[in-house]
Parts: sequence; structure tokens; C-alpha cells
Amino acid sequence: MDCPNCVPPRLDLSRLAARLREGANLMVGQPDYDVYARHRQTRHAGEPIMTREEFFLERQARRYGEGGGARVFRCC
Amino acid sequence: MPRILSATLWTGVGAAALFALYTLAVARGESVNALWLVTAAICIYLIGFRFYATFIAKRVLRIDPTRPTPAHRLNDGLDYVPTNKYVLFGHHFAAIAGAGPLVGPVLAAQMGYLPGALWLVIGVVFAGAVQDFLVLFISTRRDGRSLGDLIKTEMGRTAGLVAMIGILAIMVVLIAVLGLVVIKALADSPWGTFTVFATLPIALSMGVFGRFLRPGRIGEMSIIGFVLLISSIALGRVVSENPTLAPLFTFRGESLALVLIGYGFIASVLPVWLLLAPRDYLATFLKIGTIVSLALGVFVVWPELKMPGVTRFIDGTGPVFAGSLFPFLFITIACGAISGFHALVASGTTPKMIDNERQIPFIGYGAMLMESFVAIMALIAATALEPGVYFAMNSAPAIIGSTPEAAAQAISGWGFAISAQDLRDIAQGVGEKTVLSRTGGAPTLAVGMAHILASAVGGAGARAFWYHFAILFEALFILTTIDAGTRVARFMIQDLVGNFFPAFRKPGAMLPTLAATGLAVTGWGWFLYQGVVDPLGGINTLWPLFGVANLMLAAIALTLCSVVLFRMKRERYAFVAVLPGAWLYLCTLTAGLEKIFASDPRIGFLAHARRFGDALARDELLAPAKTMLDMRRILFNDYIDATLATVLIALVVTMGAFGLRAIRAALRSEVATTKETPHGLPELRPAEA
Repeated sequence: MDCPNCVPPRLDLSRLAARLREGANLMVGQPDYDVYARHRQTRHAGEPIMTREEFFLERQARRYGEGGGARVFRCC
Repeated sequence: MPRILSATLWTGVGAAALFALYTLAVARGESVNALWLVTAAICIYLIGFRFYATFIAKRVLRIDPTRPTPAHRLNDGLDYVPTNKYVLFGHHFAAIAGAGPLVGPVLAAQMGYLPGALWLVIGVVFAGAVQDFLVLFISTRRDGRSLGDLIKTEMGRTAGLVAMIGILAIMVVLIAVLGLVVIKALADSPWGTFTVFATLPIALSMGVFGRFLRPGRIGEMSIIGFVLLISSIALGRVVSENPTLAPLFTFRGESLALVLIGYGFIASVLPVWLLLAPRDYLATFLKIGTIVSLALGVFVVWPELKMPGVTRFIDGTGPVFAGSLFPFLFITIACGAISGFHALVASGTTPKMIDNERQIPFIGYGAMLMESFVAIMALIAATALEPGVYFAMNSAPAIIGSTPEAAAQAISGWGFAISAQDLRDIAQGVGEKTVLSRTGGAPTLAVGMAHILASAVGGAGARAFWYHFAILFEALFILTTIDAGTRVARFMIQDLVGNFFPAFRKPGAMLPTLAATGLAVTGWGWFLYQGVVDPLGGINTLWPLFGVANLMLAAIALTLCSVVLFRMKRERYAFVAVLPGAWLYLCTLTAGLEKIFASDPRIGFLAHARRFGDALARDELLAPAKTMLDMRRILFNDYIDATLATVLIALVVTMGAFGLRAIRAALRSEVATTKETPHGLPELRPAEA
């Protein structure tokens, strides 16, 4: 996430790799699980959190339209 | 950066753009290097982004970095997630880039590289990227709602319904055209057909792997799939050279069309994890990889553009698509300069992940510039071929005959010297029996890419591999679009019918699902089959319909953008949406009317119908009809095409009228009437579980 107080970015290969993986996953409709889990822990403490696998299947189903309106369709 | 430095830098970029354009424009009669085209394009993109996108962000929209975006207000960790801007750029680009920008410019190359290139770079800066940017902004200010929804709230319920029917009609034409592109590439090509058929078991096994063995391991799954895919290309050569196996994978277009229609139905009712999702992963990564390697290939090889800058076919007599430069060049390019489909993406998942409003220009405007660059590269791949080869591949047998000798003679007669032996050599070089009349753009792109990539890696011996790699990539991609598109069309039909019979909307209900899927498949399957049996190659008829449909969707999206600008009381700046919108209305309405009423039977559906109707009255057969029944079917198809064009025209005119009404109402109002989610009062929704 952008933050104004961060030190200027250095070339950090492991961070770059993580970003690339995050990008590749998001390209096929899979958001970051850790971000989701952290969000649930902090904002919905005590409520259930999907496991990594459940999260994957839920996102996959949503991407191709289960639960209202398919969302992936490309042509150009 | 100090002002003076920045001013010098941008003057330099501008000078480079002008010099490159000048070089392109004066190079008549001799070939010019792709370097100039790439330089001109990149410099114009940079200038467009630095100045025009900034102007729109600061002056027109007054982007507000302090305003919480939906990703923050509605953060649920799933759909609404603040996302790093580079990651989101990748997501957005992967969602907008498809087969369209690769095919359109290849077809447009019949007029030379200059008209296409100019529209691609100028069109994207003033129209395409602006549309994507504006829609993304509008949707981000309204909780990331969809285009149909936005039209409904800003322009009224009826306008929303009309837009939805329009989107559905466009989708049906689109799937048919993309299917036709695949069929044209695979007909009578056992190598290509084998590799594409092989993607089915590959995807199925990836699906099982990703569901049961290693759930969620997209990376592992895609690597396995990729290795299998490359092996299938190698195996395809063996199959195509084996006298007993090759006939098993040799199909005529008609049979492939029926296979594809059956496939489309089954694939879109299967569970998504089994076939669609794994193939989508492969297609997405392969697409990004192919685009990157094409760019690297162009940057290493720097091919010469052998096609003249402007050919004689700007007068509308060209063999690839019928119709003159205005409006058909703009219609044919269809995607790379502006694409209505992006309005659906920009109001889909992307606005829900924007971290801060100030990133909208980079993502909305920037990703579209990148797509235009992909289209420029496709144009380079096509125009780097010998023009004779290009025309041999893209002209129907009815025009150039079906032997290399006849084709060479016909094409040399147009002034593009080529010998029959050259045509045979090209076919042999890519491992095919013939390259004649492989219309549809994809095979031409594949041959062009094979030449560029083989010059970079592997030499002439690798051409056949690269050719089939390119074909496979296009086919894989399009098949994914076909079944995802059929699914989307099915949901839309269920939704539309559900407006009147609510039971039709029920998710998971068997009968509505099958009925809506059947309806969707019949819709596109019908156009597809008709395209396959068309003597002029089908692309000739269907591609312009697709282009018109896609640009009409863009016209509708820009109408919405204009209305929103007027309702925001920014009418001073509304020209940024009104001018490109008006241009699209002009192009699409002219093209639509010409498609119906032109007296040339190659362009006008009614003129074509008249020709066949008259012959029918005289009991005469006209090629390709072999029976009177065929004659009647061709006649019927012409009337259906004319009806479709009429419906599209009616839709876009209606939307234009709704737009004007909304603009007049907005002008009468003293205050802004736009319906944004208020700045300070987040409409907090319960987060989804």
C-alpha cells in the first residue's frame, strides 16, 4: 500500500517477487489471502474466516459468475 | 524535477514523435523500419498521458486524493480491497486485453500501415483511453457499480434496459466472430486442430489437480499445463505428418463449427473449476507471455515494414474487408484504439480495488495505452510480411482462386509481386499444406510473429513451431472467451427474462439454465455457421458487424460519460467525452447504414439479398450455393443480418436520444445533479461474509 512516510523503495527482490506473484494471481481473479485474513481478524474479530482453500474456491466460483453475474469476459 | 529540465525533456519527446511520424509519412515506395512506428507510438502515448490525462484528472474531473475510495469504505477483503497500483494495473490490463486488438489491425493492414497506425495512436489518446479513464472514475465514485447500473441511475430505467439489450446483442455477435477466427485458423490444419483439441484434456487434468490434489496452487497448475501445452505443439507435428492420424484431425470449417457449437454448450454448463478456470489461467499467462515476447521480438529484430504506407485499397475495393477508409477502417480496427468492452471492465472489478483516486489515470488511461501498443505490434507483424503473402492469406478463394498459381497471378495483378513458389515455401516453412485464404487475422498474425520470433530465436527451422504456438495461443484465448461469454450471455438472458418471469432468475435452477444457455449458443452459433459457409470468407460480413457493435457500446459508454460531466456542471469540459462520442456515433451509424443499404453487394446486405433474390427468381444458382435451398438460406441470412444492423442502429440512436434528454435536463438545473456516493458519508454496507 502507498504510504507517504515510507522510506524510498530500494530494489528488494523478494518484495518484487511477492508483488509479481500477487499481480499474477489477481490477473486470474485471486486476491491476496493474507490481506483477507488480516481484514477479517481486525475488522470482524470473532467471526469465522475462510481457510486458504475455501477462499480460493469461493473466489474462483465468484469470478465465473456464481452468486450473481459472471464477471470475467474479455475480447479486446 | 526542475521546470526547465522537464520542459526540455518533453520538447524532446515531442520532437522525436514528429520526426518519427515524418519519416513514416514520407517513406513512399520504399520499406521503412518498424523502429519509426514504435518511436512515434511511444512518444505520442507519453505525451498523451503526461498532458491530456493530467488535464482530465485535474481540470475536468478534479480528482480528489482525500476522498475515500470504495476499496476503503467497503473493504471486505474479497471484492473491495485496496490494491497496489502496479498490481492493479496488471489486473486491469489482463482484463481488457484480448484477441480483438491482435486481429483488427491485421485486417486493417490492407489499407497500408499508416491509416491504421494513425488511428491507433490518435484514437487511443483522445477516445479509447479517455473512455476507460472516465468510466473507471465514474464507477469508483459510485461504489464500483456496473455500466448498466450507472446508466440506470444517471439516465433512467428505460435507458438502462436498452443498454442491457445492446450489451447482450453485442456479446452474441462477438462470440460468433471470435469463433469464426478460430475455425478459419484450424480448418484443414491437422497440426493446429490437434494442439487445440489437446488443450481440453490438459485443462481438465489441471482442473482436477487444482481442485483435489493441490487446491489453489495456480502457479504449479499453470506450469504443468504450460509444459503439456508445449509438448502438444511438438506432438502436433508428428500427428500432422502421420498418414493415419492426420486425417483424424483434418476438418472442414462446417464440421468445426458444429463441434464448436456443441462444445460451447457443454463447456458453459460444466463446473467452472473443471475446465473454464484452468484454461483461463493458461490463456491469461500465455497471453501476457506472448505479448511480452512479441515486444521483445520486435525490439530485437526491428523488422522492415514491407507493406506500403497507404495502399490503393483505401478506395474500398480491397479483398480483406469491403468498404472505404471512412468509416470502415475505424470499424475494422474495432478494439485497439477504443473498445466499448472496456467500459464493462472499468465498471467491473477494477474500481473496487482502487486505493486512491489519483491512481485512476495511471490504471484507466495507462492500461489502454498499453493495449493500443499491443495493437501496433500486431500491425507491425502483419505489415512486416511480404504484401503478396498478406493478401494471399487474407483474400477469399472466390477472389484469388484456390491454387498458388491462381493466387500469385491475381495478387501480382494488383501490384504486389509474388510467385506461386513463394506461397508454397511460406506454407511449408510454417508446416501447413497451404496458407491461401486463411482469413480472420489470426493466421496472418501467426505467420508474422513466427517470422519475427524465429529471426530472434531458433532461425527459420523454428518458424513452424512459432506459427503453431501463435495459433494455439489465439485459439486457447478465444475458446476461453467463448465459454465465459456464453456464461455471461446466459446470466444476462436469465436476468432479462427474469424481469418478467422472476422464476427464470433463480440461481442453480436446471431448466432456466439450460434454456438460457441454449438460447445464447443458438444465437452465436447461427451467425458462426453462416460465416463459415459464406463464400467471401465470413470475416468479410461478420467482422464489420462486430466492429460496429463494439464501437456502439463505446458510443453508449461515452454518452454516459458526457451526461455525467454535464450533471456535474462541468459542461465547459464535456468535450473530452462529447467529441469522441460524436465521432463514434458518426462512424457506427454511417457504417451500419452502409451495411444495410449500400448498393455494392459486397457491403450492403439488401443489395446482396437482391442479387440472390433475382437469381432465385430466374431459377439460377449463384456460388457458393449448390442447391436452391442454399440460395434461399443465403437470402434469409441477408435479411437477418440487415435486421441485426437495424436493431443495433435503433439501440444506439435511442441511447443518444436518452443522452441528449439527460444533458438538457442537466443544463436547466442550477446545481450538480449527479448521483455520486457522498464524500464524507460512507454508505456502510454490511461486509459480505
